[in-house]
Amino acid sequence: MTSKRFVLTFPPDATGEPITYNLIKKFDIMVNIVKADVSPGKIGHLVMEMSAPARVLKEGMEYIRQKNVECEPIDKKIHYRDDLCIHCGACSAVCFAGALTMGRKTAELSFDPDKCVVCELCLKSCPLNLFSIDIG
Amino acid sequence: MSKKRSVEEINEKIRNGKAVVLTAEQVSAMGKEMTPAEMLSRVDVVTTATFGPMCSSGAFINFGHTTPPMRMEKLTLNNVPAYGGVAAVDAYIGATETAMPHDNYGGAHVIEDLIAGKDILLQASAKGTDCYPRTEIKTLINKNTINEFIMFNPRNAYQNYNVAVNSTSKIKFTYMGTLLPAFGNANFSTSGELSPLLNDPEMRTIGIGTRIFIGGSTGYVAWNGTQFNTGKPLNEHGIPVGNAATLAVIGDAKQMSTQFIKAAYFEKYGVSMFVGIGIPIPVIDEDIARRVSIRNSQIQTNVVDYGSGNFEILERTNYKLLFSGEITLNGKKIRTAPLSSVKVAREIAEILKKEITEGRFFLTEPVALFPETKGLNKLEVRI
Repeated sequence: MTSKRFVLTFPPDATGEPITYNLIKKFDIMVNIVKADVSPGKIGHLVMEMSAPARVLKEGMEYIRQKNVECEPIDKKIHYRDDLCIHCGACSAVCFAGALTMGRKTAELSFDPDKCVVCELCLKSCPLNLFSIDIG
Repeated sequence: MSKKRSVEEINEKIRNGKAVVLTAEQVSAMGKEMTPAEMLSRVDVVTTATFGPMCSSGAFINFGHTTPPMRMEKLTLNNVPAYGGVAAVDAYIGATETAMPHDNYGGAHVIEDLIAGKDILLQASAKGTDCYPRTEIKTLINKNTINEFIMFNPRNAYQNYNVAVNSTSKIKFTYMGTLLPAFGNANFSTSGELSPLLNDPEMRTIGIGTRIFIGGSTGYVAWNGTQFNTGKPLNEHGIPVGNAATLAVIGDAKQMSTQFIKAAYFEKYGVSMFVGIGIPIPVIDEDIARRVSIRNSQIQTNVVDYGSGNFEILERTNYKLLFSGEITLNGKKIRTAPLSSVKVAREIAEILKKEITEGRFFLTEPVALFPETKGLNKLEVRI
């Protein structure tokens, strides 16, 4: 079994085919939607984790791409310069995923990469510009 | 009559290595079980500190004269405009000024780079006069080539500050950080019970001439800060609710450290500067002993809507809740986040404590106390 996160990018004229439904029903892929922003007439994004044997996962990706939807694995990771961090907490304000949190006693920032959904809001919110994207 | 202690007595104890110095957080914890009288008899000095973004900051620089000399009129430092409308080779670089169109590099970055010892590109022009004939200059400067490099910040160390939330459906980028739509977060910016002016809210020991820690070196309170307001309503613990008093501070930037002066860029707002300030409070009487014992739960502030544009006050909260990571607004739980670093503020309070304990930092009595004000003037548009 392989688990991987993907970003699906829907074109503005996406046909409305129930892609997620088909991934589950036809391919038996376990799907966990992390973030979704899809509306008609606009480029849409869907971040989801897919779990299945590697071969099935590959077939699922091919199916998505046939539907004119981009499907890119998230090899991206948020990287941050903790050595330069002043622990102000500004990034924790935007981290709805709960990956960046302030220690109540320590007043220190901690980053849990497992909770990160790579929404990239921290990149803009850090006043010292310490966050960057690592492309895997 | 209750016991009193003079600043000179405290300094004598410091000289003899006998002063008891604690941080404001330590005395806040002790204050739960100790009366002000007991606190007064046991503690001589309380160190307070803050390390937050303070836009109203900057530095005066004297570049030294060239041969032939020049009266610099328009000038930039690493392409960031500095104010040259003072004497020939003096200038003021403001923290929030930016090098357009690259507005994420500004005066604060120039100041931090200078403190770090880096070379900075100075470009200046002038009309040329009989006494100052040079009209153009382009050269590199650093903190060793210039004469004075004096940090002068007209408004720092705000006594309390609003909590910012956003009621609208759009993300807002503000000087209070990124505010998520529909009350998605609440941002605040003080060090709470560790903050200088919250530990001496009536400013009985902090005034003009008070010796302080600023940016890693020793500096002074120069004056009351701009927008100084002692007219704010007080809560039952004598704490002004919302933005109140401020300090104008001065110090030798050549002696400062980039550990305690940090340039900042807030998305779609601009440049600001984190300034580290530490102020020792002499425990001169029971009243001050009671003030320094203030706890986060007793310090209140207003939750203000920064999204709608009218800055409506929505709620009153306290710093115990804010530091807990969650407040409740209209029955809904909202995540909170600080913008001011308590971690670095603690480091400053500890450094100051150590310097005083080891006899390297002595306390001052204010040369003059601050005025009382009755609120601020509004700017009317009259034409």
